[in-house]
Amino acid sequence: MSLKLENVTTTVGGETHIDNISLELSPGTLHVLIGPTLAGKTSLMRLMAGLDKPSTGRVLVDGEDVTGVSVRLRSVAMVYQQFINYPSFTVYDNIASSLRLTRLSNHEIDLKVREVAITMRIDPLLDRRPAELSGGQQQRTAIARALVKDARLLLLDEPLANLDYKLREELRVELQELFKRRETIVVYATTEPSEALMLGGAAVVLDEGRKLQSGPTLEVFQNPASVAVANIFSDPPMNMIDGEIVDGEARLGEDIRLPLDGHLGQLSPGPYRFGVRAGHLSVVSSPGHEFRFGATVDFAEVSGSETFIHIRHGGAAWVVQEQGVHSFDLGQPIDVFLDAARLFVFADSGRLVAAPAPAGGGTPR
Amino acid sequence: MNKWQDNRAWFLVMPLLLIVALSAIIPLIMVVNTSVQDIFGPGNRVFVGTEWFEEVLSDRRLHDALRRQLTFSGLVLLIEIPLGVAIALAMPKRGWGVSVSLVVLALPLVIPWNVIGTIWIIFTRPDIGLLGVLVNGLGIQFDHTAAALDAWVSVMLMEVWHWTPLVALLAYAGLRAIPDAYYQAARIDGASAWAVFRHIQLPKMRGVLMIAVLLRFMDSFLIYAEPFVLTGGGPGNSTTFLSTYLVKLAVGQSAPGPAAAFSLIYFLIVLPICLVFYQALQNVGTGDKR
Repeated sequence: MSLKLENVTTTVGGETHIDNISLELSPGTLHVLIGPTLAGKTSLMRLMAGLDKPSTGRVLVDGEDVTGVSVRLRSVAMVYQQFINYPSFTVYDNIASSLRLTRLSNHEIDLKVREVAITMRIDPLLDRRPAELSGGQQQRTAIARALVKDARLLLLDEPLANLDYKLREELRVELQELFKRRETIVVYATTEPSEALMLGGAAVVLDEGRKLQSGPTLEVFQNPASVAVANIFSDPPMNMIDGEIVDGEARLGEDIRLPLDGHLGQLSPGPYRFGVRAGHLSVVSSPGHEFRFGATVDFAEVSGSETFIHIRHGGAAWVVQEQGVHSFDLGQPIDVFLDAARLFVFADSGRLVAAPAPAGGGTPR
Repeated sequence: MNKWQDNRAWFLVMPLLLIVALSAIIPLIMVVNTSVQDIFGPGNRVFVGTEWFEEVLSDRRLHDALRRQLTFSGLVLLIEIPLGVAIALAMPKRGWGVSVSLVVLALPLVIPWNVIGTIWIIFTRPDIGLLGVLVNGLGIQFDHTAAALDAWVSVMLMEVWHWTPLVALLAYAGLRAIPDAYYQAARIDGASAWAVFRHIQLPKMRGVLMIAVLLRFMDSFLIYAEPFVLTGGGPGNSTTFLSTYLVKLAVGQSAPGPAAAFSLIYFLIVLPICLVFYQALQNVGTGDKR
């Protein structure tokens, strides 16, 4: 099956939730919807599922117009950010609930339920009720409920957002494996760039109800078409520095001067916005990072095995992501090293004009 | 300095101790004291042991009152809980209708209890009352001061009118706490409205319904003001509940000894119910929450 959205728009009470989006989703591909909260990810999924009817535009399944056709008549399964299971049913009955409405025999249902329970590793918990499960187990049950239907459209709306870090990592890997083996259109909404990159597939970048960019996930990550996409698809958001190209060199920030090498070579003189991901800045000099500039430390935060150093240079706030745990004093002057080959260049309008060549083994952040 | 600090806690605890002593402990001890004596007048009393308890326990009127009380509380639960849930389900989920229905529902709850009795006296009067005239106009003889059944119908109607809104409000709060995703998931599963009620709404309302059942049982078991004002316990003794009877005994018949013994027995009936209430409320939070 293929799913196609044609110029769909939804307006609720004068507010536009989805603004003229066209998309084509093909089976066997994982589609990642990435965007900040309120970008319209959930609204778009509701349109795809048939839970809502678009104000204008059409939804086509296999070329057939299904706009306004009830969700009951479509083949859809959905997993939510909250752990949605029937509270009074056991795990077994929860998984079986959607199959009971089909014409399958009890024996067939039993086989399917047990199979998917083993896949989701909840087979020892089949007799329990949702309230007796941990959060991760509840979400596994909810995912099993969705998988068992073998629906042609599987929607996952930030399914891992309410889980703790460890469980999230674990389930993410398992889900990735599961999606690979399916002939289903899988749509996965997330706010996290790292999650999108791990899942791969095709990405659709959303913001304020509009589609900003779509394409293979890695490609979108490497060539964000605009400043907005670069910010959504970087965590922390991409550092943006105003600058210009004059006299055969790029001048940015207070005193950073870069020669026009590599991908910067063909740029014509004029004002630009330069972007660099936090992971491509460093506080230590290394072969890639040779351009040094001075800054002061605003503050530093340690997250896991990484340190995010918030610095100030030329009146602008930057973030440097450094491996390992480091400590810095507030207001401490610091040398920061920049890799010119990793600079994104955007025109004043926000449009991408030059992207660094894809690097082998760069950190996917 | 140290000593002063150590003793300061007494000043903080004292007011509470005083209030509890004056409002609960001392009256209770006086009731116990009265229940084992025959009092003829000031300074003229005789210790009678368990005589009053024996008399009260074998009193047929007490048995009748207890039976009526249990019937009343049972009927209250049977009518008010399903009706409250039905009202909550029918209430609007958003828009201006929410505030309107909430205010309308809350109205009976904010009227003083004895006023409620008075309202219903007038409402059900066969000569001038809206309900009384209407029902009698339909050819049905209705007078709660004359027929026991009519009195029961009136008291039940008043009770249901007065307290169903509380159940409805609790159930409504429970319903509103269910995330929208549950309903979406049910729609995707193709669940019927009944299945949604049976498997999502009812289990998710379990906690608040538990509270509603216990509150209504307790309240109706101790009911006094409204039926007393409406029927005065009559006609005959047909709407005399435990508390009504207790007051008749203590005030009407000036029999402090039996009344005190009765109070203690009443107290011993209520106490275990309180314990159940407390236990159940403790479990509500930990039980079926998700």
